[in-house]
Amino acid sequence: MPLSTKNILGIKELTKQDIQQILDTADSLKEISTRDIKKVPTLRGKTIINLFFEPSTRTRTSFEIAGKRMSADVINISGSTSSTVKGENLIDTARNLEAMSPDILVVRHNCSGAPELLAQYVGCPIINAGDGSHEHPSQALLDLLTIRDHKGYLEGLTVAIVGDISHSRVARSNIRAMQTMGMKVRVVGPPPLIPFGLESLGVEVSHNLSEAIKDVDVVMVLRIQLERQKQGLLSSLREYSNYFCLTSETLAQARDDILIIHPGPVNRGVEIALDVMESPRSLILNQVTNGVAIRMALFYLLLGENNANPN
Amino acid sequence: MQTLIKNGRVIDPANQIDGSFDILISDGKIEAVEPQGKLTGSKIKNLPIIDAKDCVVAPGFCDMHVHFREPGHEYKETIETGSASAAAGGFSTVAVMPNTSPVNDNCSVTELIFSQAKKTSLVNIFPIGAISKGLKGETLSDMGELKEAGCIAYSDDGRPVMDSELMRRAFEYSRMFGLPCIQHSEILDLTRDGCMNEGIVSTELGLKGMPVEAEDIMVFRDISLLQKTGGRLHVAHISSGGAVDLVRQAKAKGLPVTCEVAPHHFTLTEEACRKYDTNSKMSPPLRTHEDIELIKEGLRDGTIDIIATDHAPHDLADKQVEFSKACFGIVGLETALPLTLKLVDEEVINLQKAVDLLTHQPCRIFNLDKGTLGVGKDADIVIFNPKTKYTIEPAKFKSRSKNSPYKGWKVRGKICYTLVAGKTVYSS
Repeated sequence: MPLSTKNILGIKELTKQDIQQILDTADSLKEISTRDIKKVPTLRGKTIINLFFEPSTRTRTSFEIAGKRMSADVINISGSTSSTVKGENLIDTARNLEAMSPDILVVRHNCSGAPELLAQYVGCPIINAGDGSHEHPSQALLDLLTIRDHKGYLEGLTVAIVGDISHSRVARSNIRAMQTMGMKVRVVGPPPLIPFGLESLGVEVSHNLSEAIKDVDVVMVLRIQLERQKQGLLSSLREYSNYFCLTSETLAQARDDILIIHPGPVNRGVEIALDVMESPRSLILNQVTNGVAIRMALFYLLLGENNANPN
Repeated sequence: MQTLIKNGRVIDPANQIDGSFDILISDGKIEAVEPQGKLTGSKIKNLPIIDAKDCVVAPGFCDMHVHFREPGHEYKETIETGSASAAAGGFSTVAVMPNTSPVNDNCSVTELIFSQAKKTSLVNIFPIGAISKGLKGETLSDMGELKEAGCIAYSDDGRPVMDSELMRRAFEYSRMFGLPCIQHSEILDLTRDGCMNEGIVSTELGLKGMPVEAEDIMVFRDISLLQKTGGRLHVAHISSGGAVDLVRQAKAKGLPVTCEVAPHHFTLTEEACRKYDTNSKMSPPLRTHEDIELIKEGLRDGTIDIIATDHAPHDLADKQVEFSKACFGIVGLETALPLTLKLVDEEVINLQKAVDLLTHQPCRIFNLDKGTLGVGKDADIVIFNPKTKYTIEPAKFKSRSKNSPYKGWKVRGKICYTLVAGKTVYSS
């Protein structure tokens, strides 16, 4: 069954069936990455362009590996090497790339809504690899896959997302994805980092970490950026850590089987303590592994389903 | 040179006229306004006639807040194209904001605007001079020179005067010249990098919000200053329900405060920004349903004095970009009438009041000898059919720019003729 959407601009556009199908497809593709020869011919002759206007190692590499494992030709273009520094606008850049007939455009951009803008002018499917503070759909999908791997199901689980919710596209995508899958979401952070009106989206808001994680199945810790201090949103990282760093002590009050995830990159000791990060309950590296599978699934569902066998 | 306008319903709030009248125009002036059929005899034989059957005949509309971009940004609009847009929207008089390049902060720029207007404009152009030199908010402009050159008000529009001391002095100094200070009310500290109203939609879209309090606080500050300084405050494009209430309280105290509302602030909410439509990006931003209700209440009880469009044309290059990078504003002149008539449909105001808000009231506040059909006055006249239905097509705008969120809206109220000094400058 094809997805209900041509582009992956955000979780907002995906149905529950879409998400389920992406997770199931990713499950079946995982095995490829464990082989001795990690390559299938599924997307041979397809061209994928990674257009990254913001620095990214993990996400860009993950999309690149995903494409290559399926035999697509993957080209990386970063903001600093693209023509945008010469004053060419986003739409011109994308149209020029499209004139070279890519099959998928993967876009990372620091402005919310940039992939939606591109989708109006570009014919090939677009995958949003993170736009401003808006969405990061492949991250939310890999988070769901990681949680499902360990719990076996998603419906009914409770998750706490801790940190800078205001500026987090990961939080926005996860809130939507988790709610779509029937999960309960609670966000935790200092009030200046909680965006206006979140409660009306059915999200619980808390400012007390140990209280908030007492009964949750999963805690997702977000990266905190020093930049927020300059914007007057944080007093200091030190004080932030005092209240919101996930430590063994705070975890002592949580359930034994709590899962810990983090979209990376991690500020060790700021939002999460080193020992917690490396504890068996931490799935941070599983997330990275699953990221490749999710991105393979997205490529496959957008491109390869009609003319190839995933194996 | 004479013209007779027959068979129309004349609405002239300045003279408290609403009824079936014929209007005789002679040498660009209103010669006579008489009950239908009363103008007879040799005097009117063989005259060119405009038949205004089923139409409203009113003073040409007056928009006290437009941006015509000349000098400096002619690729967006010029005085010529802006005036054509005005004429198409039924406006015979506009006041142009000083945020051009160079800024209208001295008499040579004012004179340039007048000379360009004389050469190319279809409608009457009244310049607004800057409050501060270069709109920088640092030192006062030469307000006397600007007035003598023909400016009718002072404003740093687009940029609020953040420095409270400077604003205080602007109110004080402007008193000498009797002209109002128009404020774009926005505390910039609260809206830095913001690109839409702060609310549930900005939260969902991940866009930096501009909280409504940024407007309220500035309106409150200016009203507070005014009590001591004297002078006159005109609040531009009010968009916040809270600000409407502050103006209401100030008026109750008898303070010389007036305000305007733009049609987009009573017809659209922040919801229009979903899908990152840059044509819905304005400053002040589109707010909420509650704000619209409070604005309508302000229109009903007279707190809001006038309707002004904040006509802000932008080229595609400035709008076809990422939402956070797009320019603020929309083409306003050519959709003002049908959007205002929505207020009549919704029984917020009646048709006479709608005409009043677009004619007599702006001229009263800005002390212009316009907005009236009084005998002897300039024959600036609009004739519109309030019933005609049509679909808004920005591609057909006379403005050089086409940035409008109203594409595809089915509306009613169509301009048939616009006359300036007796001359037809637009006919449908």
